[in-house]
Amino acid sequence: MGQLWEFLSFAEPNIRYVTFGSILLCSSAAVVGSFIFLKKKALVGDAVAHSVLPGVCLGFILAGNKNPILLIAGAFVTGWLSLVTIDYISARSKIKEDTAIGLILSVFFGIGILLLTYIQHSGNAAQSGLDHFLFGKAAAMVSDDVNIFGGMAFVLIIAVALLFKEFTLISFDVDFAKTIGFPVKGLELVLTTLTVFAIVAGIQAIGVVLMAAILITPAAAARFWTNNLRKMIFLAAAFGGFSGLAGAYISYIAPAMPTGPWIVMVISVIAFFSFFFAPQKGIVMKLISRRAMAHQIQEENVLKLLFQLGQEDKNYFQQRSVGDIQARRPFNTKLLLSALERLKKQGFLEKGDDRWQFTQAGQKKGARMVKLHRLWEVYLTRYLRIAPDHVHEDAETIEHIITPDLEAKLEKLLEYPVKDPHESDIPYL
Amino acid sequence: MIQQVEDPAVEVHDLTVTYHKKPVLWDIDLTLPRGAIIGIIGPNGAGKSTLIKSMMNLIPHSSGYVRIFDSNIDEVRPQVSYVPQKESVDWDFPASVMDVVLMGRYARLGLFKRPRKADREVALDCLKKVGMEAYKSRQIAQLSGGQQQRVFLARALAQEAEIYFMDEPFAGVDAATEKAIIGLLREMSEKGKTVVVIHHDIQSALEYFNWIVLLNMRLVASGPTQETLIPSLLEETYGGKLTLLAEVGNLMHKKEFTGRDKR
Ligand SMILES: Nc1ncnc2c1ncn2[C@@H]1O[C@H](COP(=O)(O)OP(=O)(O)OP(=O)(O)O)[C@@H](O)[C@H]1O
Ligand SMILES: [Mg+2]
Repeated sequence: MGQLWEFLSFAEPNIRYVTFGSILLCSSAAVVGSFIFLKKKALVGDAVAHSVLPGVCLGFILAGNKNPILLIAGAFVTGWLSLVTIDYISARSKIKEDTAIGLILSVFFGIGILLLTYIQHSGNAAQSGLDHFLFGKAAAMVSDDVNIFGGMAFVLIIAVALLFKEFTLISFDVDFAKTIGFPVKGLELVLTTLTVFAIVAGIQAIGVVLMAAILITPAAAARFWTNNLRKMIFLAAAFGGFSGLAGAYISYIAPAMPTGPWIVMVISVIAFFSFFFAPQKGIVMKLISRRAMAHQIQEENVLKLLFQLGQEDKNYFQQRSVGDIQARRPFNTKLLLSALERLKKQGFLEKGDDRWQFTQAGQKKGARMVKLHRLWEVYLTRYLRIAPDHVHEDAETIEHIITPDLEAKLEKLLEYPVKDPHESDIPYL
Repeated sequence: MIQQVEDPAVEVHDLTVTYHKKPVLWDIDLTLPRGAIIGIIGPNGAGKSTLIKSMMNLIPHSSGYVRIFDSNIDEVRPQVSYVPQKESVDWDFPASVMDVVLMGRYARLGLFKRPRKADREVALDCLKKVGMEAYKSRQIAQLSGGQQQRVFLARALAQEAEIYFMDEPFAGVDAATEKAIIGLLREMSEKGKTVVVIHHDIQSALEYFNWIVLLNMRLVASGPTQETLIPSLLEETYGGKLTLLAEVGNLMHKKEFTGRDKR
């Protein structure tokens, strides 16, 4: 805790730099990455990320030290070269795009590792820390790095904000963009350049190996929470920024640890959480609402049945055993018992020595269910001209989803019928 | 039966289009009259989509040229509107109906500018015309196929163009919607706009269009509906007589034949 507090208080200027830089880098990567995600180009992003490594090494060999400008220039050149090569191969040969991507990724990354090993054995003292470009080390950023990389990240966000409308259009419908005369090639070029920039800006904090994760994962996670593109991008930026913060913290408490994997861990946890728990789209939420619906159906079926039994015996408040109920409709005993208990808790039933009986509210609700069922049967026979012996099944499901609003409309439309197609009474209250 | 017109809306001159060296359109040469509702008809794979895409220069030409309103397409883009086949985009994209229709205003807005209030009003108006104003805030992922089609139509209307190219606007829409759409097209044609529509149903084509293009890899006919939609020409379009042409095409693909290409 003490450490966390010390970290968050930014007492040391270096912490301030590193933290601020990481947040900016990760959120700008997430913003640009949102469009790569929407264009379904995640693999290309990964290939470019790996392909900047030989450029970084060449930049170092040329400069003889870690001059950020030369490293960036080198990364930029090989990153671009990889993209051009992928395009060329998939357009001009029988090799499909995914194969071309895999090919370029491994070739460029292989050359990068080769150069890196060469530099490490060259005895140049300035090379220490160059291997951080593989897995990232946020804490290795000095204030100059933060100024340059952070500045790039800032420019990226501004550029995306300016070209938001254009990027959206080319992600959704390229052909349409071409027909209205938008400079689609130019826009794609700008977007690709921004992507390469985002990757280059992030290599020191995240490393080339895991860079693609920070481009794509925040957008993928954010997509679960919203259907609105603006909101999605803001969320992606927030998710990215938060994982950047976490990476900086790890770098602070465990200086020997690479930060990239931690940043990716955090963003992956966010993504998993979104996958399971996001409202509407999350799997768990879907399961929960499905279960709630199943419960509601069971409860309403029990109430309906008790009402029908009461109607037959002309006594709605008679006590009935589980056996009495099952004699009429073969409910699963366990499900029936739990439904009965829930109904008691909700105040629709009362229980006396293992027998169950309606409360006033329960009898009313039971009547409503029977009414809805029979009204729907009338509707089906009258308006959809379905034979009376075919309407029961359908009414069994529809009765559970009719809202009071629809109920009123249905009653009015059918003019309050008194009998259903099977000549049973329709109960009104 | 290939009839040429004076002062055409579209002029296609000796156009050949290839995919990976394999020609899918051979020497198309036609002119389309202004202010008409034009139907392009032919079997699956006949190259109908390819033809309108190459009219808009979305696909490179191997030889020949296209002129629209007697100009290069790039000079008249703001007057040209395109309704792609609705399968051509990902409807899971995070956008609302309004967002998509507003894209129709982008050509007028140009780069960097955001849609203004006036653009929203035009977009809403176009949504009304296709009967979709109640859905303006709906996510496009939650639309039915016919509703998606109508959204694309509204986007095209929002362009306020002079010529409209529509790739199967009636695919997957119900009879009532089809009637409403054709009513809209007629209204547009009365205002002098030219509408080019890819269509599959010959029965309704008789009634909908005043000019017909019959296509099956090559141009079979182009002319007024009464003179083109006749059994002999339809037989020629649909009667699979073109196996030879297809075979030569395949051969050119295999042998990487480059004779036709400009480069
Ligand atoms: N991107 C492509 N690459 C290669 N071949 C293509 C491509 N698009 C279309 N083709 C081929 O070109 C031919 C014409 O296709 P096109 O889509 O223009 O046909 P269509 O008349 O629109 O058919 P449909 O009625 O099915 O829409 C077909 O044989 C098709 O296989
Ligand atoms: Mg087609």
